Amino acid sequence: MLEVERIDAGYKDLQALWGVSLRVEEGELVALVGPNGAGKTTTLKVVSGLVKPTAGNVLLDGRSLLKEPPHRIVEMGISQVLEGGRVFTGLTVMENLELGAFGMKARKAKDQNLKRVFSLFPRLEERKRQRAGTLSGGERQMLAIGRALMSNPRILLLDEPSFGLAPLLVEQIFRMITEINKQGVTVLLVEQNVRAALELTQRAYVIENGRIVGEGSGEALLSFESVRRAYLA
Amino acid sequence: MLAPIAQNLAFGILVGGLYGIAAVGLSLVFGVTRFLNVSHGELLMLGGYAGFWLYTLYHVDPFVGLPIVVLLMVVLGVILYKLLFAGMVKYPEETKVKNTLLVGFGLGLVLQNVALRLWTADDRGITTTYSSQVISLVGVRFPLVRVASFVIALVVLFALHQFLQRTYTGKAIRATVQDWEAATLMAIDVQKVYLLAFVLGTALAGMAGALVSVGYSIQPNMGLEWTLITLIVMVLGGLGSIMGTFVAGIILGVAQSLTSFWLGGAYRDIVALVLFLLVLILRPQGLFGAKEG
Repeated sequence: MLEVERIDAGYKDLQALWGVSLRVEEGELVALVGPNGAGKTTTLKVVSGLVKPTAGNVLLDGRSLLKEPPHRIVEMGISQVLEGGRVFTGLTVMENLELGAFGMKARKAKDQNLKRVFSLFPRLEERKRQRAGTLSGGERQMLAIGRALMSNPRILLLDEPSFGLAPLLVEQIFRMITEINKQGVTVLLVEQNVRAALELTQRAYVIENGRIVGEGSGEALLSFESVRRAYLA
Repeated sequence: MLAPIAQNLAFGILVGGLYGIAAVGLSLVFGVTRFLNVSHGELLMLGGYAGFWLYTLYHVDPFVGLPIVVLLMVVLGVILYKLLFAGMVKYPEETKVKNTLLVGFGLGLVLQNVALRLWTADDRGITTTYSSQVISLVGVRFPLVRVASFVIALVVLFALHQFLQRTYTGKAIRATVQDWEAATLMAIDVQKVYLLAFVLGTALAGMAGALVSVGYSIQPNMGLEWTLITLIVMVLGGLGSIMGTFVAGIILGVAQSLTSFWLGGAYRDIVALVLFLLVLILRPQGLFGAKEG
């Protein structure tokens, strides 16, 4: 469904990705794990179009996304949650969700998607009139994920959804991600919380210094010697 | 003693409404695009002359002509944006501010000289049959055209406020102000939002200028002063609050008017700059601006 092919990408004179390739099949929950600064976020931004690669290709159902601006890529069914959620703090919870359904197709299915988001995160419905800036960290992350779901995406890109959250909340967010995936949304998850991510996913890639250094099922990677040494010791 | 104070207060409020509507234009452009358009005052000047020409050449009543001025300014806004500003979008914020400052100063100089050519350096204004009419209220005189201008400014800003709060496009603008990258990921075409904000800002400047040409006078070199005034009001009001900016305009208008009365006209600009510095020191987010949530 989603193919990233030998991507080189970077910022100004700093190259962040070196020939990164990965693929995600329909319905999968795939993790991309690795240390800080390995290129995880850049990889997601290349897929969502926020960073344009200098070489390689990104394909959705065989169609290249390279020439598409980010707002078109969202309409094509790829929705990204940025690191930290980045909700619009000055706007209400409801306004944030409405903006998630800004695209023409999504706008028509707004009520239906809103119901789904509220059933996943009942807390958001309780707070729908509040400014997003008044929410707690966990609630903001829920809002960010809910907002991304409002565009009714085929693929959800999640950048560090556990970042800065208490362990209990992390567990809850991860349960929600599994639930969303079970509802038919393909998920590409970026995580520093390697153990939790690998336990959650069917398949994962390990990225280091801008290069993919390992690939396999979550279980296999958990027993992978270098991964154990690097992240789980 | 009290009567002249009340009179100056009234004049201050009335001119402050125009400061408000002009500053909201600048604030909208800066908030959305991070372009600091220092030719905002010259755009206002052009709006003034547009109204002046409509009246003297085609005998269009200045208030009836207002929508025409706005339309002309919308066209000008689109042209200026596509020609001069669209290319800046890709730069980081700091470069954007610097580059647009340079472009703005250049554009301001050009427009000033064009105006000098077309309309000479003379003071111009629109004098209609009802220009001398005055509403008297407990001894305070309110010139009719200035009251009408104030009311128009208030109504337009209220409508703009409703637009930003209630419509999908308005919400997209507010989202872009907060975080353009996240806004892009909402399927919002940020480039279009930038263009819309710039054009709205240009139209508001033009409308303010046309109103200035009715109740006051216009000159080709008025731009810099108005850019400064709108900049001060924008900072005073704080980004992102339309009604706050309007109130800040009134505060500045009143402060200037009362200082002129007590200390003399030479202190008008000084009080504006003092207010500006005080706000920067004591409340950098502006009187009505919200701190980051």
